[in-house]
Amino acid sequence: MENILELKNITKRFPGVVANDNISLDIKAGEIHALVGENGSGKSTLMNILYGLYNADEGEIYLRGEKTRITEPKQAIDHGIGMVFQHFMLVEPLTVFENVILGSEPQKRGFIDFKGAEREVARLSKEYGLKVETKSRVEDISVGQQQRLEILKALYRKAEILILDEPTAVLTPQETDELFQVMRNLKEQGTTIIFISHKIREVMEISDRVSVLRRGKLVGTKNTSATSRPELAEMMVGREVLLEVEKEKAQRGEKIFSVSDLEVRDQRGTKRVKGVSLEIHSGEILGIAGVEGNGQQEMVEAITGLLRTEKGKIYLDGKELQNLGAMQVKKKRIGYIPEDRHKRGLILDFNVADNMILGFHTEPPFVQRFFIRNEKAIKENAEKLVEEYDVRPPNIQQQVSTFSGGNQQKIIAAREFSRKPRFLICSQPTRGLDIGSIEFIHSQIIDQRDKGAGILLVSAELDEILSLSDRIAVMYEGRIVGEMPIEEADEKKLGSLMLGGEAGEDKGGDEVEAGTK
Amino acid sequence: MWDYLVYFVNATVLAAALRMATPLIFTSLGGIFAERSGVINIGLEGMMLIGAFTGMLTSYFTGQPWLGLIGALIAGALMGLVHAVAAVTYKVNQVVSGTAINIFAVGVTVFLLRWIFDVAGTSPSVSRVPVVTIPLVNRIPVIGQIIGTHNIMVYLALVLVVIVHIFLFKTVWGLRLRSVGEHPKAADTVGIDVFLTRYLAVITSGALAGLGGAYLSIAHLSRFGDQMTAGRGFIALAAMIFGKWTPFGALGASLLFGFANAVQMRLQELGIPSQFVQMVPYILTMIALAGFIGRATPPKAIGKPYKKE
Amino acid sequence: MKLEQSSLTSREIITPIISVILALLVGAVFILIVGENPIEAYWVLFSNSLIGVSSIAATLQRATPLIFTGLAVAFAFRCGLFNIGAEGQLYVGAMAAVIVGVSFSGIPKVIHLPMAIIAGMLAGGLWASIPGLLKAKLGVHEVINTIMMNFIAYFLTDYLVTGPFHGGRWTPETARVFPTAELSRLFPPTRLNTGIFIAIAAIILVYFILWRTRFGYEIRAVGFNPTAAEYGGISVSRNMVMAMVFSGALASLAGVEQILGVHGRFIQRFSPDLGFMGIAVALLGKNHPVGVFFAAVLFGALRTGAAAMDRLTDVPRELVVIIQALIIMFVAAEELTRRLIQRRRRA
Repeated sequence: MENILELKNITKRFPGVVANDNISLDIKAGEIHALVGENGSGKSTLMNILYGLYNADEGEIYLRGEKTRITEPKQAIDHGIGMVFQHFMLVEPLTVFENVILGSEPQKRGFIDFKGAEREVARLSKEYGLKVETKSRVEDISVGQQQRLEILKALYRKAEILILDEPTAVLTPQETDELFQVMRNLKEQGTTIIFISHKIREVMEISDRVSVLRRGKLVGTKNTSATSRPELAEMMVGREVLLEVEKEKAQRGEKIFSVSDLEVRDQRGTKRVKGVSLEIHSGEILGIAGVEGNGQQEMVEAITGLLRTEKGKIYLDGKELQNLGAMQVKKKRIGYIPEDRHKRGLILDFNVADNMILGFHTEPPFVQRFFIRNEKAIKENAEKLVEEYDVRPPNIQQQVSTFSGGNQQKIIAAREFSRKPRFLICSQPTRGLDIGSIEFIHSQIIDQRDKGAGILLVSAELDEILSLSDRIAVMYEGRIVGEMPIEEADEKKLGSLMLGGEAGEDKGGDEVEAGTK
Repeated sequence: MWDYLVYFVNATVLAAALRMATPLIFTSLGGIFAERSGVINIGLEGMMLIGAFTGMLTSYFTGQPWLGLIGALIAGALMGLVHAVAAVTYKVNQVVSGTAINIFAVGVTVFLLRWIFDVAGTSPSVSRVPVVTIPLVNRIPVIGQIIGTHNIMVYLALVLVVIVHIFLFKTVWGLRLRSVGEHPKAADTVGIDVFLTRYLAVITSGALAGLGGAYLSIAHLSRFGDQMTAGRGFIALAAMIFGKWTPFGALGASLLFGFANAVQMRLQELGIPSQFVQMVPYILTMIALAGFIGRATPPKAIGKPYKKE
Repeated sequence: MKLEQSSLTSREIITPIISVILALLVGAVFILIVGENPIEAYWVLFSNSLIGVSSIAATLQRATPLIFTGLAVAFAFRCGLFNIGAEGQLYVGAMAAVIVGVSFSGIPKVIHLPMAIIAGMLAGGLWASIPGLLKAKLGVHEVINTIMMNFIAYFLTDYLVTGPFHGGRWTPETARVFPTAELSRLFPPTRLNTGIFIAIAAIILVYFILWRTRFGYEIRAVGFNPTAAEYGGISVSRNMVMAMVFSGALASLAGVEQILGVHGRFIQRFSPDLGFMGIAVALLGKNHPVGVFFAAVLFGALRTGAAAMDRLTDVPRELVVIIQALIIMFVAAEELTRRLIQRRRRA
């Protein structure tokens, strides 16, 4: 088989990060080629470049042997490249076939040729085995059907290379099987498919070859039949230098926090946490390992009062905590370092001093009589914490948006830790930070543990979990699929569990319930 | 009981309702264009006013009301262009831009009124777009009285409703326009030029609003008066919302609001102060927006400037 | 449009100044069209509004209601809300003040006047709370609702002034309020009244609330980042409603000043778009109380000077309205071009 597509030395930089670092990749015609990597590995960026949504800073694309410039989606479409996005690009109030033909409408002097369109869509639908209700509105059809619609869109535009970006992320197991059948049909018809995923199990099932990206670099390309799940897991997750954190053995105290049979739906109504139970004692760190998007964030938000708990209970010191509201949770001395420091953790337009009191601004000494702020106390608090946590530059009047990610995270850590919380939640606490900041935050977390706090650590970075946790639980598709003390844990075991490994074999039980919007 | 009803809902009143609805119909159709493409157009009031003024001015200098219509259309389109540049290219807050246009329109129309005609309140009379009678139709009992004899612009408005409906729902550009207003990124990924679409939509909305204003100055009346739009641009917004951003819905809402206007006098004789009737369109709109009469949801991407990459 | 620091840096003052200059330049084009010399015309305009006691008094008087509406819009902006309803809020505020002003006689000024003022503020606050609640609880955008409330206010007060509270004369106005409910004149025959002191007090109060109290902290947090505010335990919906109520109360003071200080009675449609001008004032003043003051004074000067310019030159006074519209456009656009330059520098 010859190469239909060659990416040579593709490099793409964004402020602060190299998303694609000199990637050279070949795609053979008619194959199903999987592109895997963790979040942030650069796979979506690479495909966006191929589709013309981004422009590479360096590198070239060769399509069917010829050098090709693709600077906008229209060109990609003209060259026979179609893309099915992870977040669907569908216009919801419009009907299915209006979405299919959008931009390439069959027309009779300006008027849409509805009949012609319907015929064509029906033909494609039959040819590739993509069943879809053409007259329904997109907002009324199921997620699986929406995805089939996206594929139809690409086929309608005569795509020969089809890029599927994390297509199974939103599908039920049955829908996934149906999708795979469609992919096989497409392959039979000669379509080349690039399949982006982080689910190794599926990649093993459907792909011919697989390329692994990690932190913007291509780790390697393998024939699927010649590799194994553990090998891919290792390539994906990597054998980085384990950040050695000095720590003593945990002094585990009594149980202070527990969750039982927790079920949580996200804001769109999809069930994300499907029955989780765990407990945390004072003086220990429980690390939740797992690729992002498996329900960790929703679980954390339910605990902190930002999302509704549908079923189950949350206990802090024996008292129920679920559905109390964010303000109440804050009052119970639960510290929370959120995974998105810009959206959740900080008010970027405020200065350091004002961010240092976020969540505690109603308590003395920050507020005096008549709700007047105690500027002196606020200032002193900020100055003390800025020094203690080595925030640079130590200017408390400066707007937080101007600080580096590491310093911003230190501000959040300073704020949360200084309140001496009994229970602390840290969600992706060192994402996007430099080594120095990571070490600092890690040592602070250990410090809090040694002071007796019980800590729930959620992280997609396996190294972080391994170096900080006393006990580890792995979350996959809304459930805990494995739990073990640190002594029993290693990368291979955890990596496997995280990517849908041994414990996640029960396909029948996995149901993604999509609620009505 | 029946007498009461006939007192209000009779041919004369309904004909008046149609007349009062006409400027609303033009302008709300304009609003639909802009908002369906994702751009809030609060400046409809100002665009109407400028259209009214330009219509009068052109008719004055050429003696031809038809040229007046064209002038109003162009002037409205120009104001639409200003709004498009501000809102789409410079990504100015769309409400601010619209408000600026409204204020500008009030200032510039009176400024020119005084400079050109040396009057402060009302322009001199100009030739009007004529009133016509449709033969045969006007012989039909009752209905003939209601719609048989009207200013040409009234019929034009009704025709436009149909045209806009066909445009939006049956043509290629209508489909693309709607997609840009709901999910511009999706439209972008299939190769549609979001910026161009929005520009054209907003310019069209200005042109239509200009026509709506022209109706006031050179069809309904035959002169221009300071601030003669008297808030109709905002009622048109309300009609558009109440009509759920569809042409026939806007027509229905405009007729309803026009009816409320026409029936004012009669209700006053009954002891209901006219002001309460005049409030009705606005209260209805708020109720519609709040979702009490079925959700009135605007196009999803409305008000958000589109950024590429 | 949002400015965080409690003080305006020099860089932030440049933008509004440039916008004003640009607007004046475009205005000069209009002056040329009319056949006058822009420099002469502007000189007449500004000297008649900023030089001399009576001019300054007139300017300050015209600025007073704009300070109130400007503060109202600015305060709402700080919470991320667009209050275009200042016009309606000031009408109902004025109406409430008038009703109190004409309904009680024989009570001392020390009681009557504050009562009337508070009545106005309550009415304005209440009027603004409706779109505020609709936004907070149902997520309905406040822009359209506040515009609708404006019209409802017009008609409601129209009815009241021509009906139950009609003053008996053949014009659509109420009876005169009792002298005990009036805001006294400071420099007769100018209309400058004690309302200016209330305005200045309002400026200080707004500054204090926004940057020195817990409420201001929460309101600003919600305005900048509701997601993070929620994380910080702040009730987004409650703050939105409170911000609108407070904004409405501020706007109503404009109506109160006009009625109790200038006209002495409620006259139908007495407001020369004070509410909409408040938007311009807030924008130009960068939503900061001190900025609002200067912006209001500028607009007051423009209006005062326009009358003189109209009399003494061939330039119609409506030029000033055009200039105000241009200022709005340029301020809003300038803000973004400036931000775009900043972003490109950072990337």
